[in-house]
Amino acid sequence: MSTATKELIKKDAFLTYLLRLADDRLILGQRNAEWCGHGPQLEEDLALANISLDLIGHATALYEYAAKIEDEGHDEDYFAFFRDDRDFTNLQLCELPKGDFGFTIARQFLFSAFSYFQYERLKEAKDEQFAGMINKHLKEIKYHLRHSREWVLRLGDGTEESHNRIQESFDELWMYIDELFYMDEIDEFLIDKGIAIDSSEFKDEWKKLVEETLTEATLTVPDWDQFMMTGSRKGIHTEHLGHMLAQMQFLRRSHPDAEWK
Amino acid sequence: MSTIQLHTEEQIWDYLKEVTDPEIPVLNIVEMGIARKVEVGENGNILVKITPTYSGCPAMNAIEKLVNEKLEERGVEDFSVKLDFAETWTTDWMTEEAKAKLKDYGIAPPEKSEEEDDFLKNLSSTKIVPCPFCDSFETKLVSQFGSTACKSQYFCNNCDQPFEHFKCI
Repeated sequence: MSTATKELIKKDAFLTYLLRLADDRLILGQRNAEWCGHGPQLEEDLALANISLDLIGHATALYEYAAKIEDEGHDEDYFAFFRDDRDFTNLQLCELPKGDFGFTIARQFLFSAFSYFQYERLKEAKDEQFAGMINKHLKEIKYHLRHSREWVLRLGDGTEESHNRIQESFDELWMYIDELFYMDEIDEFLIDKGIAIDSSEFKDEWKKLVEETLTEATLTVPDWDQFMMTGSRKGIHTEHLGHMLAQMQFLRRSHPDAEWK
Repeated sequence: MSTIQLHTEEQIWDYLKEVTDPEIPVLNIVEMGIARKVEVGENGNILVKITPTYSGCPAMNAIEKLVNEKLEERGVEDFSVKLDFAETWTTDWMTEEAKAKLKDYGIAPPEKSEEEDDFLKNLSSTKIVPCPFCDSFETKLVSQFGSTACKSQYFCNNCDQPFEHFKCI
């Protein structure tokens, strides 16, 4: 294989990897933003809006870098507003409707806990700009994890109503968690290059944190070996993503040259 | 014939000190540690590097714009302002003077940031932050998130005042 071909493969793989990370954060950020003005109390309205801003900020930085690597004159807005559902590679977990407050918290906890372990390892990536970005975002992820974990404990160990509702949320979310650890040839290629990480290495640690938190919250840990969804990294989604994108992208597609900066 | 006025690095730093953070108007962007570098090129061209505090911080675009406006206002002609992401902003870059100003303004300043090696073990522990009004330690965390991404909310049980804490990152 020629050096040029190898470079091309590396570029495509890294681009795909950045888009996967960015898509997760944009879509989850957008879902959390749906709480703005609807939070159960003022502090939580602010908290969810702030977490949402962080996630969309992380996505923006990743998209900007992806655009630079792709080198086809795209910008971050192109990736967010001008791709169709099948082009998005976000986890199905992130696109599910926001549900009640407990559902939003349960999802944020599972995702933040995963992101924490993932970013702790990714910050050592052999790409200065990428590692710098990851390191910065990690500091914010720690806040997200603390926040969502506190609420899992409070709701689980709260009233009968809050306990039952957050238990149902975890039960419902469970079939989407396997995808967090999905890896394919893109990951393998980049792991060799010192850019991506092997998520199976921290799966037990993540499970332990989830199990300990749910147990402390007096919740039942659902079955790890139950049926699990798959396909999102290849663009296979639930029926919810299309509806969400229609709403999210509508304005920008109607006025493609509009600037809001 | 017009003469081109050249500006020294020191002058540029002074101009930057006139730009305040739109969300914390008592602090300027130099003492915040947001303005990181001023480079004067051979032809007198100026490069200013600024580093964002939080990734989703909506004030960043405003700050970039304010820096541009300030340099224009001061007659700097050949300059560019660049956002620098290579370094990670930390509250440790804030000067002691800035922290004192924050406290006077009613925001509890950030402590020195430590490497949280035992982050997972201490997930449930919350930082004890002294009240900026009465210095009491009888305070409690209300929410990890405040009116902006960089602040969390506390309540002082001693003087019955809510206050914000500038998060330590």
